[in-house]
Amino acid sequence: MASRVIQFREALREAMVEEMRRDDRVFLMGEEVAEYNGAYKVSQGMLEEFGSKRVIDTPISELGFSGIAVGAAQNGLRPIVEYMTWNFAVLSLDQILNTASKLLAMSGGQVGCPIVFRGPNGSAGQLGAQHSTAFENLYANIPGLKVISVSNPYDAKGLLKSAIRDDDPVVFMESEVMYGEKGEVPEGEYLIPIGKADVKRPGTDITLVSFNKMMKVALGAAEELAKEGISAEVIDLRTIRPLDWMTVLESVKKTNRLVIVEEQWPFGSISSELAYRIQKEAFDYLDAPVRRITSADAPMHYAPTLVAAYLPDIARTVNLVKESMYLNK
Amino acid sequence: MFVSTKTKDATRFTKETYLYWYELMLLLRRFEEKAGQLYGMQKIRGFCHLYIGQEAIAAGCMTATRPEDPFITAYRDHGLAIAKGISAKSCMAELFGKATGCSKGKGGSMHFFGHKERFFGGHGIVGGQIGPGAGLAFAEQYKGTDNVSLTFFGDGAARQGVIHETFNLAMLWKLPVVFICENNYYAMGTSVERTSNVIDIYKLADGYEMPGDSVDGMSPEAVHESVARAVKRAREGGGPTLLEIKTYRYKGHSMSDPAKYRTKEEVEEYKERDPIDYTLGKLQNEFQVSEEEIEKINERVKHEVEEAVQFAEESPFPDASELLKDIYVQKDYPFIMD
Repeated sequence: MASRVIQFREALREAMVEEMRRDDRVFLMGEEVAEYNGAYKVSQGMLEEFGSKRVIDTPISELGFSGIAVGAAQNGLRPIVEYMTWNFAVLSLDQILNTASKLLAMSGGQVGCPIVFRGPNGSAGQLGAQHSTAFENLYANIPGLKVISVSNPYDAKGLLKSAIRDDDPVVFMESEVMYGEKGEVPEGEYLIPIGKADVKRPGTDITLVSFNKMMKVALGAAEELAKEGISAEVIDLRTIRPLDWMTVLESVKKTNRLVIVEEQWPFGSISSELAYRIQKEAFDYLDAPVRRITSADAPMHYAPTLVAAYLPDIARTVNLVKESMYLNK
Repeated sequence: MFVSTKTKDATRFTKETYLYWYELMLLLRRFEEKAGQLYGMQKIRGFCHLYIGQEAIAAGCMTATRPEDPFITAYRDHGLAIAKGISAKSCMAELFGKATGCSKGKGGSMHFFGHKERFFGGHGIVGGQIGPGAGLAFAEQYKGTDNVSLTFFGDGAARQGVIHETFNLAMLWKLPVVFICENNYYAMGTSVERTSNVIDIYKLADGYEMPGDSVDGMSPEAVHESVARAVKRAREGGGPTLLEIKTYRYKGHSMSDPAKYRTKEEVEEYKERDPIDYTLGKLQNEFQVSEEEIEKINERVKHEVEEAVQFAEESPFPDASELLKDIYVQKDYPFIMD
């Protein structure tokens, strides 16, 4: 299939536009999505094509419009709810956790909630404590939800299309700092299945697992390690729930070592879950303890030095890989 | 429910309407009395909130709406669920936690659902259903129907923040929704007066320029009239309404509440205005319905409740294999098993 290079935001937009053309039950709702063309220009031009019935500006009422979208999903529509950041979505957690994720179960399978909650997640520079939380593990803890967190335009488009078509509620996480990044995306239609990790760089000595923008750290570390003759296999989880640990397991069976890089806080994180799974399923294959780099166990501060100290980086990842390989003196 | 609820002069309701109200309210009353009894016998577990005293709201709402109009409410949901057409059998079975229950024994007292009956739950977080209730209306408007969502909540929920966001959005988008606050004067044990300076809950609509009204909830006629007006406005594109329907629950907040925060005299005062007694009197005195005919209805209701209990007793509990079903629509979702 012929492809072209487009921005992350364009890939997301194409996914929404294609799905809205395909199914008139799909609509987009959120703050600044229509007339402003999106706080990050993800929905640019969509109001023009679909009109105000299907591209809907809301006031700053996350709980209110999330509740309305959940009710609309209960009653036959397929909403896409955009949050300006997942930090603001905390105000609507009642609807995501107490209603959307539990409707099908509470109703004995009668009333589902096909809805996509999407927006940027995690830190994005020096935004201070309240704009910088990475929420994948919080939502991945919730049965009834699916959680996707993407790292590049190709995956973003293919997975967002699958999310919109999915009959279950999906949490879809992007990143402010990636919207302008470019990547190859096929001309024609394609879907990426939910729940499948992807080996972004094959290798033999160690397995590096990451997702969302920390993939840059993982891939950057792999690049550095290659210079020293260490071959790292880098896996992008892409979907957090359900977690495709089989792909990680297959890699670990080959490399016998695992390092996880993520932007979550450490307690009960994705690495915690993955480390449990791998020690159980691959105990006899491991030549070293599973290791991880997470964000610091603290709110993120403003000062650049403290941001740098808070987030995982390439140097520390390289160092941890070497520790894992018993190469550090 | 009926082609015509009114007589020709349009000021009086027909005999059939009163008969329907009487039978429905009696069914709800007897069902709840039985549920309370069975709770005491530990046949019903968990939290259990009875509708006794509030039946006129269900009755008036049913005659003022069409079967396609979606309803959604909080955890005091038995009455509205049965009124909306979910069978007493499957409701009782749900209370027992049986596989034949209206939510397959997975919901319990607080989570009755009937997709076919357009009953969207049964929600357990105070105020949590208010946004989705407006969302049901959003979907009807989007699909171009003229159906109207009836969104019920209690006086306790009137103090949740979500109500303000939802009222604002419902007015902004002229959603076809009637917000019905079933004000039974007590948010669990806290009286309305102790929760706000604004005791007239219907006035909360003013802040959003939404029509609001206070309604006598012990009168099925008054409930019908006010709901019919609000529904008509919504059907015609006029947007939402807030109705504060003043009612009274004869029992405690839930089965574990002895209701010591109110006096016996207060309860008795409301029982004097019991909507079932009132409707019965209307039937006997104004429509000359015979003792015999009333007795037939009473028997029918008694039988329906007995049958419901028997059905619930005899039904099986859900098999343990149901544990991981109905969590996802996806059939082969890979659950974490250890």
